[in-house]
Amino acid sequence: MILLSLISPELIMAGREAVTATSTMDIDWPMVGAWLRAALAASSILMGLFFVFAGTIGVLRLPDFYTRIHAAGMTDTLGAEMVLLGLMIQSGFTQTTLKLLMLSFFLLLTSPTATHAVAHAAHRAGLKPKLGDYRAKSIDEIRAKAAKRGAS
Amino acid sequence: MFRYGFILAVAMAVFWLAMSGYFKPMLLILGVISVVMTLWMCARMKILDEETAPYLYVPLTLSYFIWLGKEIYKANIAVVRAVMSPEMKISPSMVRVPIAGKDDMSATMFANSITLTPGTVSIDIDEDSILVHALLSEMAVAEDFIEMGDRSGFAVGERS
Repeated sequence: MILLSLISPELIMAGREAVTATSTMDIDWPMVGAWLRAALAASSILMGLFFVFAGTIGVLRLPDFYTRIHAAGMTDTLGAEMVLLGLMIQSGFTQTTLKLLMLSFFLLLTSPTATHAVAHAAHRAGLKPKLGDYRAKSIDEIRAKAAKRGAS
Repeated sequence: MFRYGFILAVAMAVFWLAMSGYFKPMLLILGVISVVMTLWMCARMKILDEETAPYLYVPLTLSYFIWLGKEIYKANIAVVRAVMSPEMKISPSMVRVPIAGKDDMSATMFANSITLTPGTVSIDIDEDSILVHALLSEMAVAEDFIEMGDRSGFAVGERS
């Protein structure tokens, strides 16, 4: 008590001012939440775009119809779903999220059905898949072949 | 039949409310009219059965999709690695996978799950097996599909 009485009223006032000053400089939590949500949504959408990109490269690089289907399927599973997930995070607990949730559920039902329909049609039409090991030609092999063709 | 009609009516009403989000009397009446008309058409076409109203299994199906999502993620990584590597070593192969379930619903679910997983596509289905085309030969092992077959059958309410 003696120690407390030693503290002058001015000192207490100054201390209070310091405390209120720091509390006004406090972190703006709603703003941090909004930034965090935007960052989560953006990273999810970017991940989705990466898988769409990889699927496109796959469609261009793979050798025949049946193998290209696999790359296209990658685009509409993880690619589309991650983009939808990012949009859901961004819109929060709203009716839009419910609609996006249903959209992603229906996408999981319709996209394999369409893929199967295309693959089954090719199979029924008698298109034979290339089986066995396959390796992409390196640029040197392609150049050597082109040089040989040019020489002959 | 009345049981499935009731389930279908409830599911359609919930779907209408979730999609519109309006509770004005006129729009609610329009919703009731469209639900009743759909029910009448279904009854007239005699398709009011389990296949038209499989909504009792939606929770099971959703929990199955969580497991399937994990599998899809793993398969996606494998396919991305195969496709993006400069050499692109792939080994396309075909395999026949036996169907464990008995009814059409579980077979459809199983074939859809196989197609949904990148790297494997179901090409042809007959009475007791599915013809699967795989991008990598290590994905084309018939034993690896057993767990997926069991789980997909369970997800549409098949009890073995």
